[in-house]
Amino acid sequence: MKGNEALAEAAIRAGADAYFGYPITPQSEVIEYLMRENPADRTGMQVLQAESEIAAINMVYGAAGCGKRAMTSSSSPGISLKMEGLSYIAGAELPCVVVNVVRAGPGLGTIQPSQSDYFQAVKGGGHGDYKLIVLAPATVQESVDYVKLAFDLAFKYRNPVMILSDGIIGQMMEKVELFEQMPRSNKEYEWATLGKKPGKNSVIVTSLQLQSEEQEKVNLRLQAKYREVEKNEVRFETYGCEDAEYLFAAFGSCARITRKALDMARAKGIKVGIIRPQTLYPFPVDEISRLAGQVKGILTVEMNAGQMVEDVKLAVNGKTPVEFYGRFGGMIPTPDEILEALEQKIIGG
Amino acid sequence: MTEEIIIAGFGGQGVLSMGQIICYSGVMQGKEVSWMPSYGPEMRGGTANCTAIISDEQISSPVLNRFDTAIVLNQPSMDKFEDAVKPDGLLIYEENGMTRKPRRKDINICSIAAYDESVKMNNTKVFNMIVIGGFLKVRPIIELENVIKGLKKVLPDRYHHLIPLNEEAIHRGMDIIKEEQAVKK
Repeated sequence: MKGNEALAEAAIRAGADAYFGYPITPQSEVIEYLMRENPADRTGMQVLQAESEIAAINMVYGAAGCGKRAMTSSSSPGISLKMEGLSYIAGAELPCVVVNVVRAGPGLGTIQPSQSDYFQAVKGGGHGDYKLIVLAPATVQESVDYVKLAFDLAFKYRNPVMILSDGIIGQMMEKVELFEQMPRSNKEYEWATLGKKPGKNSVIVTSLQLQSEEQEKVNLRLQAKYREVEKNEVRFETYGCEDAEYLFAAFGSCARITRKALDMARAKGIKVGIIRPQTLYPFPVDEISRLAGQVKGILTVEMNAGQMVEDVKLAVNGKTPVEFYGRFGGMIPTPDEILEALEQKIIGG
Repeated sequence: MTEEIIIAGFGGQGVLSMGQIICYSGVMQGKEVSWMPSYGPEMRGGTANCTAIISDEQISSPVLNRFDTAIVLNQPSMDKFEDAVKPDGLLIYEENGMTRKPRRKDINICSIAAYDESVKMNNTKVFNMIVIGGFLKVRPIIELENVIKGLKKVLPDRYHHLIPLNEEAIHRGMDIIKEEQAVKK
C-alpha cells in the first residue's frame, strides 16, 4: 500500500471518530482515500474537507474537547497554518493526532520530500512552553502502527501527538500488515464537554488563564507531564552498534538511505552503527549519550540544513565529535554521498 | 537476491504502473518490495520515473542513485539514467523515438520495439506489459503465474477479462526483446 493510504486506513481501524483535513501535495492521498472509503458506513467515523487548514485544526480542537478521537493531516505550509491551533490544544490539554507529510520549505517551497520541519515539530512552532509528542515513521508499516500508538499516547497524556512523515514515506508503496478494526470508543471522559450533568460542576475547556499564578500552575502541570513522557515514551532502533567504532544518527526515510550507506561501509570494513530515533520528542538522550562513550565520532544525516544534529550534540555533550551531512530543498542524499561524508568528516576528520 | 530497478519514460506510457505490477508480482512471490514514484513537477507533462526494488531481504533505502536495471522508454530518460546503471547491470530501452544508442560498454544492453508490437496487437495500452515481458525474459526474477496473480490483485474485477490480453502482451515482449550487448560476468 501507499504510505499515505495505509495511514488513512489505519486511522479508520484505530477507531478514530473524525478526520478533518484539507488537501496538499504530498499528503492529499490521506483525505482522498478517506473520502473514497467513506468510513461513516464502516464505523461511523466522520470525514470532512474543511475550508482551510486552520478550520480543520479548530474542528479537531472542538472534537477533542468532546473527548473524541480526532485527526488531521497536512504538509509543511499547511502545518504552519495549524500551529496556532496546536498551541491552543496543547494548552487546553486535549488529545489529538496530527500528521505532517513534510515537503521542502521555507514558504511554499517545493512538493519534494524533506525533513526541514523537525524544529517546528519538536521545539514548538506554536507559541508558549508546550511540547508535542513526535513520532517519526521510516516505513509504511510504521506509518500504520504509529497512528494507533499516536491515539493511545494522545489520550494517555491528553496531549497532541504529531506523526512526522515525509514525501518519501507518504508516496512510496511497500508491504504492510494492517491491524484489526478497533471499535470506536463511547467513553465519556470527565474532562470532556458533553453538557452539564445535574449535581456535577460544568466542564470548561480553555487555554486562557488571566491570573499569572494560575497560568504558572498550568505550566508546572504541563512540565510535570512532559517529564513523565520523557521517562516513559522514548523509542528508538539501533543497528550494528555492538562493535561500532562510528555512528550514524538519522530519522525517518533518511535513516533508511543511511542504512544503505551503512551496509556499503561495512562491506569496506568500516565498523559503523546507526541509531534511529522513532520518537523525536521525547528524544533518546540516554542511548545517544551511552553510544557517544563508545564511538570515535557521530555523523548525523538529515534532509534539512541541520536540525536534529543540535539535539544529538546536546545528548553527546562533547564526549565525541558530531558532524552533519544533509541535502535540502527537496533533494535526497544518496548512500554514496553519506558514505563519503562519513569517510571525510568523521574518519578522516 | 536483490534487484534494484529504475523505470523511466513519458507520463502516460504506464511507467508508474509497470513498477507497481512488478512489485505486486514480487509480493505474490513472497519477496520484499518497495515502490517509489517521482511525483514532482516532472510528472506534469515531462518524464516520469519510479524505483522498484525486489529483494529476499528487508529493503533499506527506497530511493537510490545506482541501479541493477534501468528500463528507459524515451531519450531524456536514457540521457538521465544510462550512467546510473551499475557496471555489469542491465539497460533496456524502447527503440521507438530514440535518437541515439546507449554509449556504455560495461553493461548489458537490450532493445525492445514494444510500441510497434502494441500497434500490431491493435492495443497500445498493453505497451508497458510488453516491456515487462521483455524484462522478465532477461531477468527472470518473478514467475509469470505470480505476475498474473499480481494483476488480479491490482485490477478491479471489471477488468479481469483483460488479463489474458496482458498475458499475451508479456509473451510477445519475451519473444521480441533483442540483446544488443552482453558483458562477461
